[in-house]
Amino acid sequence: MLRRAGLAWAFVVGLPAVGAAVDGSNSTPSIFAPVSTPAFAIRELAFFVLGITGVIFAVVAGLTLYTIVRYRRRPGDRASEPPQVYGSMQIELAWTVVPFLIVVVLFLVTARYIWSIDARPQPPGAVEVTIVGNQWWWEIRYPKLGIVTANELHVPASDPASPTPTFVTLQSVDVIHSFWVPQLAGKMDVVPNKTNRVWIDPRTPGTYVGQCAEYCGLQHGLMLLIVVVHPREEFDRWVVAQQAPARDDPSARHGRELFASLACINCHTVRGTPANGVFGPDLTHLMTRWTIGAGAARNTHENLRAWVNDPAALKRGALMPAMKVSRADLDTLTNYLVTLK
Amino acid sequence: MSAQPAALAQPHDLKGRVGIIALIIAELSLFGVFVVAYLFYIGKSLNGPYPRDVLDLPVVGTICLLSSSISVALGARALRQGHVRRSGAWLFVTVALGAIFLAATANEWYGLIYRHGLTIGTNLFGTTFYPLVGLHATHVAVGLLMLSLCCVFAWTGALRPVHGERVEIVSWYWHFVDGIWVVVFTVVYVIGR
Amino acid sequence: MSVPSPTMTTPDTAGTPRALVDHLHDWVVTVDHKRLGIMYVVTGLVFFVIAGLEAAVMRIQLAWSGLHVVPPETFNRLFTMHGTTMVFLVGIPIVFGFGNYLVPLMIGARDLAFPRLNAFGFWVLVFGGLLLHFSVIGGDGLYGAGSAPAVGWFAYAPLTSKAFTPGNATDYWNLAVFVTGIGTIATAVNLVTTTLIMRGPGMTFGRLPIFVWVMLTVSGMTLMILPPLSAAQIMLVLDRYLGAHYFDTQAGGSAVMWQHFFWFFGHPEVYVLMLPGFGFVSEIIPVFSRKVLFGYPMIVAATVSIGLVGLSTWAHHMFVVGLGGPVTTFFALSTMLIAVPTGMKIFNWLGTMYGGKLIFRTPMLFSCAFLFQFLVAGLTGIMLSVAPFDWQLSDSYFVVAHFHFVLFGGLLFTIFGAVYYWFPKVTGRMLSERLGRWHFWLLVIGFNITFITMHVQGILGMPRRIYTYQPDRGWEIWNFITTLGVPVQAIAVLIFVANVLLSLRRGERAGDDPWDAWTLEWATTSPPPDYNFETIPVTTSRRPLWDLKHPDDPDGPHE
Repeated sequence: MLRRAGLAWAFVVGLPAVGAAVDGSNSTPSIFAPVSTPAFAIRELAFFVLGITGVIFAVVAGLTLYTIVRYRRRPGDRASEPPQVYGSMQIELAWTVVPFLIVVVLFLVTARYIWSIDARPQPPGAVEVTIVGNQWWWEIRYPKLGIVTANELHVPASDPASPTPTFVTLQSVDVIHSFWVPQLAGKMDVVPNKTNRVWIDPRTPGTYVGQCAEYCGLQHGLMLLIVVVHPREEFDRWVVAQQAPARDDPSARHGRELFASLACINCHTVRGTPANGVFGPDLTHLMTRWTIGAGAARNTHENLRAWVNDPAALKRGALMPAMKVSRADLDTLTNYLVTLK
Repeated sequence: MSAQPAALAQPHDLKGRVGIIALIIAELSLFGVFVVAYLFYIGKSLNGPYPRDVLDLPVVGTICLLSSSISVALGARALRQGHVRRSGAWLFVTVALGAIFLAATANEWYGLIYRHGLTIGTNLFGTTFYPLVGLHATHVAVGLLMLSLCCVFAWTGALRPVHGERVEIVSWYWHFVDGIWVVVFTVVYVIGR
Repeated sequence: MSVPSPTMTTPDTAGTPRALVDHLHDWVVTVDHKRLGIMYVVTGLVFFVIAGLEAAVMRIQLAWSGLHVVPPETFNRLFTMHGTTMVFLVGIPIVFGFGNYLVPLMIGARDLAFPRLNAFGFWVLVFGGLLLHFSVIGGDGLYGAGSAPAVGWFAYAPLTSKAFTPGNATDYWNLAVFVTGIGTIATAVNLVTTTLIMRGPGMTFGRLPIFVWVMLTVSGMTLMILPPLSAAQIMLVLDRYLGAHYFDTQAGGSAVMWQHFFWFFGHPEVYVLMLPGFGFVSEIIPVFSRKVLFGYPMIVAATVSIGLVGLSTWAHHMFVVGLGGPVTTFFALSTMLIAVPTGMKIFNWLGTMYGGKLIFRTPMLFSCAFLFQFLVAGLTGIMLSVAPFDWQLSDSYFVVAHFHFVLFGGLLFTIFGAVYYWFPKVTGRMLSERLGRWHFWLLVIGFNITFITMHVQGILGMPRRIYTYQPDRGWEIWNFITTLGVPVQAIAVLIFVANVLLSLRRGERAGDDPWDAWTLEWATTSPPPDYNFETIPVTTSRRPLWDLKHPDDPDGPHE
């Protein structure tokens, strides 16, 4: 009973307000607030389409309204039927041809944008990232940089003069997910047995939020994604920090040994230690991330402790099992995990 | 049992024909999807056995099935002309030929499963082969059931020339089943190998 | 030409009141297209209430961030059941129910071509509906308390494989929908055959009411598109139970193939749902404008071409799956093209109203609201056809808003209009105009509060099918407003139900032809006798009753 109440509480209170907490930036992921070239292009196209449809709406709705008002049957006028008009070849031709021409224009413009976004070649300075969708978290790898992390994608800001976009390869280990950070690009599904690609080149540093956009099971609603865009030097520093093996804090040696002796290492990797499991997120620099459980809770000592004790308490149905360790061991483990900066 | 030609079809009597054509359109669509899946997965199995290793051309079955279209057409025509016994005989021939086809299929499957170890779960070839051929075989079985009933009715004397239209419709269904076999044969045993 | 009807019931022994059981028995064993039509529509409306309640619960949960009205797994079942029920157990039964009732009457026939097949189709639908809802108590089988399916109404692979959805919930979805599909195919066969060969004297193809053309088109489409869904469902059963690998990505199978098969069905399916709505307003608007339908031949051509072109647009549901430039471009084009015949129809209806004498009884009110709402639906559809724009909008609440504008603001409004229009014919009584107006205005207000607002959440990045959301995304106020429309809609529907129940008992008696209409169903009594017409009228134009009422100025020469 208490556990369930705790769960509800975690729900209402514990959902992290990510944007405000991270850097105070507005975290409304509006498709009309782009910061990256594909998102800009789509917004441009959207304005064009909205312009056309807006005009069509005004004309047709206006005509409908006019007709409804003008041709109401006046009271007492039941004498005769109005003139019966069966059709008009000219009018019907006109209202077929004009929409058809609008469609042609719209199609040509659309085709151009499809090609320009979809067929963009990868420039030499691009950052390469592989994102692997899991139920219900994102594994993020930088193959050329030797970095593996989870749920937070760090990329450098791209200068339009000499762009450094990030090209993301998308794969899935289980079901279909979808990578969607509206301010950066249109979404792209993450499909098992298929490799998709999407590219972003954010121009403004900041934190941008997104989440899985293809129903993928129980916790589809809690599979959040944070993209942190750094100025170039800051990104390089981040890379160096991430490339380093796990910190070896002497005060947590007992915890490190405990971690290595438990089943933890079957699923998790902590580089520089024997732990090299691949089913769960890489924990080497766990504490550099803002949330745990892909947005289930803020990454604090208490929440981490609660998570390790029973992930389902923070994220019902999470595929990590409750580790069922004693309270003392739990404290030791958590004290170790918080040193993984 | 005099040989009375059936009455001229009134527009109303066409409803069986229109209905069976509508059903055939739906069935074509159904088979179409299984064919598409088969074609799409050609060459994509991650492991064997592969079609060229295990598939032989089902010559006997095909000849029997396709010639049964001729016998069923003859049977339907005989009934319309009033020759009930002759109709029953041709229908019986059709059932026999269809039964041989099914037996040949069963024999083929026995070999595939027990000698070559190919089941529906073995690989993508197995996954797409059995349902496609099996769906067709099921339709053959249903057709044989209907044709057998017609035979029985012919022998008991219940079948009369006025039923010519109904037997004609059963024959159309049978032609459709044979037509599907031509497609399945081409896709599985010619293209897919 | 009075052919004795096979559905004529034997008269009672004079004077003995019949027991309720006998009445029920008549309804259960009936093969009369009119009774089956009524049962189809009533069944659809019952499921509509159930699915509506499911939606209401979801909207309450989403009214603010972090609400915990139902646990995540329940929410996921709610949206799965809501979508599945609305499409297969509400939309299809209601439109085919109207088709069942009206097509024979409109073409001057005494029943459908295959009455027993008709009954079969209906009962199979009922069984499918019960099977789907039985999952609520029987779904997971040995795994514990039962549960409804939670895979979404389009049940994407490989989420539906045994590995990711153990238990039987998905199988209930699969089998129930498969079973109802069989019923729909049977009804389609029936309608096609009836329309082709059972037309009454003088009823040439060029004189068929638009509603009949529409039902012919959607029946033809059904024959082509429902079997692919059934095939995919067979493949899914084979995957789940016999170890097949159709959609098993671990064995080299393709998850995208399910989507192709499903949407090859799924997209034309929404035209199958919407076209009859066009048929309804094509009958209602002329009568309440006192003017002949403008441009009949083009409307027919538009209907048939929507049916055909609609078969080529399916992958616009898959723009984000990674189809590649060429394929994406093709489907963007085909989707845009279909806007032409669809949009044209709005102009035809406007052309009918223009210069007429518009009478705003309840059927016309619903038809007018439909015109505005369907315009919005079509325009958001055009936005979605622009593939790069769709890359942002797909799988978001913008799409949810779009298709609710089509199916609720569009189809459901026309269905209500049709109920008000044909209720007098079916029952012999008029529905209350006063209650009808309350029903209409509350529904328009409630619907638009909810679904206009919903576009905003989509634009602000809110994906579909999430059971809750973060407090700092800026979505809260829009979700709250969206939810506010729900009780308004609920009251509107309650008023409708009350209207139906009260009017059945105490509605004003309708004559044969209360609306002064022009198609054949109004040439017989209300309700019609079992055999439909005493003598089947001879059709001399597209408006047979106009000709009878205006013998000095028949339609024929003008057509």
